[in-house]
Amino acid sequence: MNISEIKKEFPIFSNKVQNNDLVYLDSANSAQKPKAVIDRVYDFYTKEFSNVGRSVHYLAVAATNLYENTRSSVQKYINAKDKNEIVFTKGATEAINLVANTFGQKHLNEGDEVLITELEHHSNYVPWHFLRKSKKIKVEFAEVNNDGEVTLESIEKKITNKTKIIAITHLSNVTGAILPVKEIVSLAHSKGIPVLVDGCQGAPHLKLDMQDLDCDFYAISGHKMYGPTGIGILYAKKKWLEDLPPYQGGGGMIGEVKKNGISYGELPNKYEAGTMATAQVIAFNESIKFLERIGIENIEKHEKELLNYAIEVLRKNNSINIIGNPAKKGGVISFTVEGIHPHDIATILDEDGVAIRAGHHCCQILHEKLGLSASARASFGVYNTKDDIDLLNESLNKCKKIFNLK
Amino acid sequence: MNLKELYQEIILDHGKNPRNLRRTENFNKDAKGHNPLCGDKVHIYLKLNENKKIEDISFEGQGCAISMASASIMTDLVKGKEEHEVKEIVSDFLDMIKEKDELSNNILHKDDKTKLMCLSGVKQYPMRVKCATLSWHTLTSAINNSQEEINNESN
Repeated sequence: MNISEIKKEFPIFSNKVQNNDLVYLDSANSAQKPKAVIDRVYDFYTKEFSNVGRSVHYLAVAATNLYENTRSSVQKYINAKDKNEIVFTKGATEAINLVANTFGQKHLNEGDEVLITELEHHSNYVPWHFLRKSKKIKVEFAEVNNDGEVTLESIEKKITNKTKIIAITHLSNVTGAILPVKEIVSLAHSKGIPVLVDGCQGAPHLKLDMQDLDCDFYAISGHKMYGPTGIGILYAKKKWLEDLPPYQGGGGMIGEVKKNGISYGELPNKYEAGTMATAQVIAFNESIKFLERIGIENIEKHEKELLNYAIEVLRKNNSINIIGNPAKKGGVISFTVEGIHPHDIATILDEDGVAIRAGHHCCQILHEKLGLSASARASFGVYNTKDDIDLLNESLNKCKKIFNLK
Repeated sequence: MNLKELYQEIILDHGKNPRNLRRTENFNKDAKGHNPLCGDKVHIYLKLNENKKIEDISFEGQGCAISMASASIMTDLVKGKEEHEVKEIVSDFLDMIKEKDELSNNILHKDDKTKLMCLSGVKQYPMRVKCATLSWHTLTSAINNSQEEINNESN
């Protein structure tokens, strides 16, 4: 895999950012976009734009086909059994809210428990928290261990006969821990409990196979997969999409509308109310093509090499403390530097064109557990190189110098 | 952009060794501030005497060098001032951080104004302005004794 050639496909790297070459280490937040994706948005608006699924004129039919082509590509990419198990949303957040809301409405009652983990991003906690009030349910947290991972045992420990759904991340956006999702799903199913997987960090970095994973729901963020913002995917087993009530009401999701009653549309229209992010969905097909062309296994391997190198370099650097040490880890390193707050680090690194994230990364529960108010995070994408990590390290040394630290 | 202007010695010093980082005994006013974006927290304690003069002011909290230095310098400068003077200093500081080039109040001595102006480097870093202003908004809230927690997102 030739990274410098791949990097050339991303126009952002040919521009200077504040007179610096961009060292982009914030892909867990959002990934940069290849030219093919950007061009596809432009071309669609320039030459092919129409709304989808409604009118019968030429452009509308062509746009509908393009839109549905992305659905087929996603189905194939994640090996879902049925094309109609792919629902487009505005993001992974909306995908999780959709499930929490509709599953909550239909299947959760007072005293029921939703089991999540201490690693969860706010988007896989807050939607369930809403149900504490509206449905009087409990939210339970499987514990994270000292290595920053959640094990099958810690999930098992928190399952009770009140547990109605388990919602877990595939890959932690803070510690990088990859959860044993397949084992968790199998355990949960043996007890009749469905599982939702927050795949925001999993989907851009790991090979996905829904039929093998066997989870009930899988939420995907488009913009973290080198795609446009404004699009996400909810994969859900057909039985759930048929069973659960609609989420939002509006055009496109209906069967028949009368004054005294409404029937809802077929799948997947039932869950795609209103005009969707059409151009973004169509351009997302280019992201899938990009990932398929490079090969997710190659990306995984490349990011693993970067991760190992980064851990090696940062461990040699005194006063840097890497958060967590999971046995299975994706391309995310969160760390603290003794004597310098993560926000100060991020500002100083930015001056060198090194873009990282600082803060709680939408994981306040985890940070509280770790006794931290914030951390700094470097996360990798297909375009990163070992040079980026060396530049990160040099820039961290500059921070220490500014703060008069050794 | 100028890092040296942002991280001046005085900021680094106050950030590393914040003054008045403690809890005032017998405080009679207090308020909490929180920046949800980064998780920074500050709790300000005031002891006002019967003449509405600040006898003591202190803070507890955690945050970046800018926010700790800002709270440290602020508490140093307003100690001994009367309530109405403090309000004027706060609004002058916030105006300066937002738009004005200089401080215009006639309460602080020249040296103190110079010290405060060390925080003006933050103006070049819009994402960091909140770090500098959190403790000041929280001080206002403590003086007004409004129980609501300052959420810096809306400021």
